[in-house]
Amino acid sequence: MNPFSSGTRLRDMIKAIRACKTAAEERAVVRKECAAIRSSISENDQDYSHRNIAKLMFIHMLGYPTHFGQMECLKLIASAGFPEKRIGYLGLMLLLDERQEVLMLVTNSLKQDLGHTNQYIVGLALCALGNICSAEMARDLAPEVERLLLTRDPNIKKKAALCSIRIIRKVPDLAENFSSPATSLLKEKHHGVLIAGVQLCTDLCKVSEDASNHLRKNCTEGLVRILKDICNSPYAPEYDIAGITDPFLHIRVLRLLRMLGHGDADTSEYINDILAQVASKTESNKNAGNAILYECVETIMGIEATSGLRVLAINILGRFLSNRDNNIRYVALNMLMKAISVDSQAVQRHRTTILECVKDSDASIRKRALELVFLLVNDTNAKPLTKELIDYLEVSDQDFKGDLTSKICSIIEKFSQEKKWYIDQMVKVLSLAGNYVKDNVWHALIVAISNAPDLQGYSVRSLYKAFQLSSEQVSLVQVTIWCIGEYGEMLVNNVGVLQVEEPMTVTESDAVDVLESCLTHHSTDITTQSMCLIALLKLSSRFPPSSGRVKEIITTHIGSVVLELQQRAIEFNSIIQRHQNIKSSLVERMPVLDESTFISKRAGSSQANISTEKSNQQLPSGASLKLSNGVAKPAASPLVDLLDLSLDDTPVPTSTSNDFLHDLLDVGLTNSSSSGVASASGTDILMDLLSIGTPVQSNTTPENGSSIKAKPNTATVQVVDLLDGLASNGSHPGAQSPVHPSITAYQSSTLKITFSFTKQPDKPQVTQIHATFMNLSSEAYTDFIFQAAVPKFIQLHLDPANSNHLPASGNGRITQTFTITNTQHGQKPLAMRIRIAYKVSNQERLEQGQINNFPPGL
Amino acid sequence: MIHFVILISRQGKVRLTKWYSPYQQKERATAIRELSSLILTRGPKLCNFVEWKGYKAVYRRYASLYFCMCVDQDDNELEILEIIHHFVEILDRYFGSVCELDLIFNFHKAYYILDEILIAGELQESSKKIVARLIAAQDTMVETAKAEAGSVSNMIAQTM
Repeated sequence: MNPFSSGTRLRDMIKAIRACKTAAEERAVVRKECAAIRSSISENDQDYSHRNIAKLMFIHMLGYPTHFGQMECLKLIASAGFPEKRIGYLGLMLLLDERQEVLMLVTNSLKQDLGHTNQYIVGLALCALGNICSAEMARDLAPEVERLLLTRDPNIKKKAALCSIRIIRKVPDLAENFSSPATSLLKEKHHGVLIAGVQLCTDLCKVSEDASNHLRKNCTEGLVRILKDICNSPYAPEYDIAGITDPFLHIRVLRLLRMLGHGDADTSEYINDILAQVASKTESNKNAGNAILYECVETIMGIEATSGLRVLAINILGRFLSNRDNNIRYVALNMLMKAISVDSQAVQRHRTTILECVKDSDASIRKRALELVFLLVNDTNAKPLTKELIDYLEVSDQDFKGDLTSKICSIIEKFSQEKKWYIDQMVKVLSLAGNYVKDNVWHALIVAISNAPDLQGYSVRSLYKAFQLSSEQVSLVQVTIWCIGEYGEMLVNNVGVLQVEEPMTVTESDAVDVLESCLTHHSTDITTQSMCLIALLKLSSRFPPSSGRVKEIITTHIGSVVLELQQRAIEFNSIIQRHQNIKSSLVERMPVLDESTFISKRAGSSQANISTEKSNQQLPSGASLKLSNGVAKPAASPLVDLLDLSLDDTPVPTSTSNDFLHDLLDVGLTNSSSSGVASASGTDILMDLLSIGTPVQSNTTPENGSSIKAKPNTATVQVVDLLDGLASNGSHPGAQSPVHPSITAYQSSTLKITFSFTKQPDKPQVTQIHATFMNLSSEAYTDFIFQAAVPKFIQLHLDPANSNHLPASGNGRITQTFTITNTQHGQKPLAMRIRIAYKVSNQERLEQGQINNFPPGL
Repeated sequence: MIHFVILISRQGKVRLTKWYSPYQQKERATAIRELSSLILTRGPKLCNFVEWKGYKAVYRRYASLYFCMCVDQDDNELEILEIIHHFVEILDRYFGSVCELDLIFNFHKAYYILDEILIAGELQESSKKIVARLIAAQDTMVETAKAEAGSVSNMIAQTM
């Protein structure tokens, strides 16, 4: 005998390993044993192979590699004795899995063993096959297994049936072969065979439609009879569990009946009685009974049941829900989710109980209850439910807060019918769990606020109050900063106070305090700090007296080590110092994002939006106006669109300066005096381009500033693109950006016409003119027609006007676009004669005029 | 179907694992680790079901051992609890008041018993008596074979 071969028995090895105090010790012992086993294997030592494999299995369970023993398993399986085969098969199942190629070598041994005379060896082979066979092995050995399905020995039969299940799962094509043997299994008396047979039929139904029909036709009766027998059977000691005879068989048969009755009205009707009997007769004080009831309710929900049966099922679920046992409640919540599609009214009745479950101490139950609550929310109960959930949010566990917050936010968004409620709830959620709120959620909040002008004052005040209490919630801070920046003057001047609000005075310095504290707080992140800087800039324009203090604050960040903050601080400082005149228009009220477009775009690509917005923040573009406000950015529309859109409403006479725009594009904002726009009107160019409706400064047009008509795609980030586009336009040295200021073409006591111009950079001869007609009298005009005549060297193309009815007193206007091609561009200026015809109270009027004040260069 | 069965001690040591679905070695180790941490940290009064990676893990604690079975979402959890109890009762009958040490030193016998209860992740036999009978019969065969082998080698040794 080999002196190194292991003489230790299995028991001694286990004792030795357990006695090890440290991992290193254990490793040493294991290594020694493995070495002994390896040498024993290479010696082909027959006596100890049994013991060796057992030791290997133990070592494998500890987690050490044991592949050198795999061939030994095969040898053991191939040997003749029962004990060797037994341990060999066990080793096979433990040490190998179906993906190993070594497994194929066993196929032959398996085949022989499947035909063995000793039924226990056949059993071993079937067990091994059923647990780990691969698809190829399944195909090879399927005929053997089929044959074994028909033996007389119940032990072999049941093992063969379960083995067939595995075969069908691996190779669904073979299902038809097993169809008829399976049905014959259902006629057996032996419970083990019945259980295996019913399970085989269930799997057949899952895999093959034909088998399903076949079973439905032939076996339903038999199944019902089986169920009746065990339901009504007297006490059977062998199969009794908690007073019920063979609950496992009950459950399997119920499951198969569910599969057969699903979608089939006849079968459902046929099994109605037995289901009712099982549902009402089964006792539910022990787990076994409850398991059967659970399966029964599932079956009732899964077939075309009568309403009486459904009521029975819902009642059982109601009982489960109020059971003290956590398992039962969990199961009930699960079932209720499926029951909603069947009878949602009944489930609504249990709403309070379900809400209680959301607050349960058990994490699994909480999760299920929350999902169920989410399915139950509808328009009528959204408000109370949200209130309850938010109340719970305050006291919930940290790991649950994330889920809870996202569910609450989805409910609020889906079911909010009025903006005020939406804003209120969101502010509450942000104060309680702002750190768990996803970015797109508070972006949506900002869009909603900007779309609700009458609630803006209220929002900014609520946010201010909330901020005082919970300033550690990052999202809350970010939304508050943005709103204070945008609507600061509403906050301070108590604009738009609603009746429900308590009076509150906030001074300008309070507002600036808020921003300053955010900026300097140690735990604020870069995004928030950047937002603070831009909000401060906005405030310095909205609160002129605080401008000095704002400047100081901004200046402190000029030396910041973070590039983003440094850049912003320097640029904003520059704007405050040297560009007073354009400052206010730069930080004008943000153009409103169209909510419906925003929502649909966001639904399509929320992730993409967020990433583009973030990447925008890091864009080192030359444009200095990075007004990041967290609003999700829709696709950037080209420059031309912007200019087209803008020039319709706000025709303001301005002085020209194209150089001023160029200045903005230069990094560093060198102080060029040619930006000499001494008056505020110079800024109007930019205003035009952005078509901002709400003027903080006076506007010569009689607009009342209430119409922030949402212009699709005019998010502020457009400014960046706008300036980028202009930069590329002005690429060759001499060419100025082709922007021409608008003019008042004609003005009488009753009518005013303004023209604004766009040109394409590559077509200097072509100009598009947008004419706006305004009625200065107190009577409305109808049948409004505009005609124009031009000299011979100019071509004119008129587009139709948008209407021919002009309301009185400038309450509305007509716009019309026409295209002019000046064939002698650069040599002769434009001139035009116009004729306007309209009706006032059914009288015809005519006005004529000549326009000579076209700007040069057209 | 039952995807796998794990028995772990209170300290997280693995006493028995049986896999009915294809899991690689690494995946097995990960699964055991994750489930152990989920289950061992749960309090005593909580429900016996944990959701893990789209599956449900049904577990029950018996003395110092946790018996855990991982099943599909649409399986009947209460029935799995019954199967676990079925297994434990059979072990109890076989070993006579089974304790963890029995399962450590006779792990191969525990596996044999499990193989008589579950195949391919499905229940095989609902009668404890029949399972006990089958195991007893196979044990007898092993005893007889060993006795014969013993006598043969005795004979050979004597002739040598």
